[in-house]
Amino acid sequence: MNFFKEAKSLVKVNIREYGMYIALFVIMLTFSILTDGLFMSSRNISNLLDATGYTAVLAVGMTLVIVIRHIDLSVGFAAGFMGAIAAILLTQGGVPVYLTIPIILVLGVVAGMFNGVLVASIGIPSFVASLAGMLIFRGALLRVTEKTGTINIKDEHFNAIGNGFIPSLADVGGLNLSSLILGVVVIALYIYFEVSKRRNKLNYQFEVVSGRIFALKLVFVSVIVAYITWIIAGYNGFSWTVIIMLAVVIVYHFLTTKTVLGRHIYAVGSNPEAAHLSGINVKKITYFVFGSMGMLAALSGILFTARLQSATTTAGTLFELDAIAAAYVGGVSSAGGVGKVTGSIIGAIVMASLTSGMNLLGVGISYQYMIRGGVLAAAVIFDVLTRKKRG
Amino acid sequence: MSDYLLEMHHITKAFPGVKALTDVSFKVARGEIHCLIGENGAGKSTLMKVLSGVYPHGTYMGDIVFDGAVQSFGKIGDSVRAGIAIIYQELALFPDLTVYENIFAGNEVRRGAVVDWNRTIVEAKRMLRKVKLNVHPDALVKDLGVGKQQLVEIAKALSKDVKLLILDEPTAALNENDSENLLALLRELKEQGITCIMISHKLKEVISIADKATVLRDGRTICTLDAAKGEIVESVIIKHMVGREIEDIYPKRANKTFGEPILEVRDWSAYDAQSGRHVAKNVNLQVRKGEIVGIAGLMGSGRTELALSLFGTPRSYRLRGEMRLNGAPVAFKHTSDAIGAGIAYVTEDRKGDGLFLIQDIKSNVTAANLRGISARGVINDNEEVKVANAYKDSLYVKAPSVEQIVGNLSGGNQQKVSLGKWLFVGPKLLILDEPTRGIDVGAKFEIYTIMNQLIAQGMSIIMISSELGEVLGMSDRVYVMAEGRIKGELQAVEADQEKIMQLATQ
Repeated sequence: MNFFKEAKSLVKVNIREYGMYIALFVIMLTFSILTDGLFMSSRNISNLLDATGYTAVLAVGMTLVIVIRHIDLSVGFAAGFMGAIAAILLTQGGVPVYLTIPIILVLGVVAGMFNGVLVASIGIPSFVASLAGMLIFRGALLRVTEKTGTINIKDEHFNAIGNGFIPSLADVGGLNLSSLILGVVVIALYIYFEVSKRRNKLNYQFEVVSGRIFALKLVFVSVIVAYITWIIAGYNGFSWTVIIMLAVVIVYHFLTTKTVLGRHIYAVGSNPEAAHLSGINVKKITYFVFGSMGMLAALSGILFTARLQSATTTAGTLFELDAIAAAYVGGVSSAGGVGKVTGSIIGAIVMASLTSGMNLLGVGISYQYMIRGGVLAAAVIFDVLTRKKRG
Repeated sequence: MSDYLLEMHHITKAFPGVKALTDVSFKVARGEIHCLIGENGAGKSTLMKVLSGVYPHGTYMGDIVFDGAVQSFGKIGDSVRAGIAIIYQELALFPDLTVYENIFAGNEVRRGAVVDWNRTIVEAKRMLRKVKLNVHPDALVKDLGVGKQQLVEIAKALSKDVKLLILDEPTAALNENDSENLLALLRELKEQGITCIMISHKLKEVISIADKATVLRDGRTICTLDAAKGEIVESVIIKHMVGREIEDIYPKRANKTFGEPILEVRDWSAYDAQSGRHVAKNVNLQVRKGEIVGIAGLMGSGRTELALSLFGTPRSYRLRGEMRLNGAPVAFKHTSDAIGAGIAYVTEDRKGDGLFLIQDIKSNVTAANLRGISARGVINDNEEVKVANAYKDSLYVKAPSVEQIVGNLSGGNQQKVSLGKWLFVGPKLLILDEPTRGIDVGAKFEIYTIMNQLIAQGMSIIMISSELGEVLGMSDRVYVMAEGRIKGELQAVEADQEKIMQLATQ
């Protein structure tokens, strides 16, 4: 097949998948031009990604919740409350960091499972169940911070989660060496996995894309990773927040695309009746998805609290809506069964880029909300239209 | 004025790919009770939908003359205004509203812009007296039994000055007492000058109530029988209902030897707490290795419910009785238990609860047996494509690749994917519920061929079907179900259409 023809047909088939990346690219390019390159500066990108962290992990969990046709409104204040508990354990309880974090995560799982039980076993609509949870967590957050007000955290290790960077081994021409190494490792792993995937397919005698397209794809993705690494290494290198965010994405991407559990989640989302008749335990899947959401809410709370170095009385306000917006911008469908974890992360970055870019341009907060609302609507309209065309 | 209230002339109605009605003519005289009879899919419901304007004028060919004038109903509201009321099998009431609100829903008694509730209640009482229903108009519809709900529906129809009342299988969900009451009411309404069309599967009722009866078969009118001439008797009706030639599209099986019983069910009852009745009652059945057992019966006879109760779907069923698989007693808590024990159930409603329409062929084929393509919970994508390709070829699924979205396939190909999903589980007993509903003859033949291949491989099959030709052509033994009970068991050699229909319409 002709090289360009093949490339064109690949783009055409995957337009919905690539649409988001293209949108992100256009947004970044536009802001770069409007700010004379300030937007793509090391410092700004580094800050942007750090500020996305706590929303991004929520968006990952929310993706699965929406995929199985539910919603969880409680995660914002759940994150705020879990963060406050972490602060109390660290300051008043004197519990060390390496114990505090697992305790909070387990607490998150328990809270999430409770929602799961309400939804799957008792049959309360998830909107109502999680709305109740939202009010309860909001109250609980106020209750635990009532006496002290803002709780300041002095623990350096904990605060590093939200503000720290991976240690630089050396400085290479103003670039952070360990971050460069990390970038190279990521590229090497990416190429290794892609090549072995292709080799496996060939072993099965399946059709694969032509060698030239494959090479082009490897080079293209490697260059992008290298570029991002170069930008980030130019400031303080990779932050712990970004590392955690990447880890969550990799784990959940693997879970949703490669495992039996992931398949069951999408099966329940696309047709619960058929899933039940196929021997899938719909209740258990619902418990799992809400449990994972709870855990990620706790993680989000830890990231946010560490970033502020304190637990505040209003932590978590509207996080849930940011996460839901990110998931929808990332291509999740409320009809169930459709949506990717990677898409939601891109969605979160798109929303954060808009905020950051408009801040640099000095756009008023009133316009910012309107523009972000417009982008959310546009993303969903695009999704609906492309789906209709293919269906 | 003409003697006929309704005349339908040469009605032809086609759907993409199927002709549902062909040149159907049908006349109903004033003040008579006219029964419409036919197998499932004979075209009775389509004909009534044409009449009521569900399929608007212009989407069918032919004329409707009602009350002396040619009608062209554009929507349901038009036929209602003309004086036609249809009461469907699935009642169209609002369960959480009161009886009086239901009777006048969509036809509110107004005073200016507001509803006059006092007059509504007075009127509702009058209507309730007419249908001899002794309930308080304040009662909520959901608190009434099905029989009383039906009467509320009739009251609703009467409140609109109905001239022609159409009832679609009104007694299907009623017990004997309620059925008797309903028939008595229809006779009484007839005295008051209301004309009535009743669709029914129960021949005894037809014989007791009909003045005339029209038989439909394969979308054509076969004949109209007249009670006054003594034509409405069971043998005549059944002869006309099933008189179709059976085409020989059923591939023969060479080796017919049956092994040990694989499934034995004794005194099996399933009580559905939601509807408050037994969906299966004292069922005894047996399936031997290498056998195709047909379960015949009309729609609503409890065949699907019986299959689901055997397949470990708890829903709201309370089960009683004994089920043995390979001689050992079993009790399933979840569908996964039944699948694990070697039972597969291919649903009658492949779009509703069979397939994942937004997913591709390969995900659908492997959905019930992901363990077969994974190691320690991680899926081998390549193995999946290989498995899916194998089933795509062996089941003759016509699609460019296994990455094709199932929702875009034709009915026949969807059915094959649905079958492939269950074959990949490697079952010992395959329950097929209406395996060829809504698919073309070519695909049907392919599915029958596949069934024979599976039997040759040592599988056993229960085939639930409304198509008598299929039941007779494929089964080694036939059970006939009606009202949740097995009404009879026939060997393939002794079974014929008349015998099955006789048992099914008891």
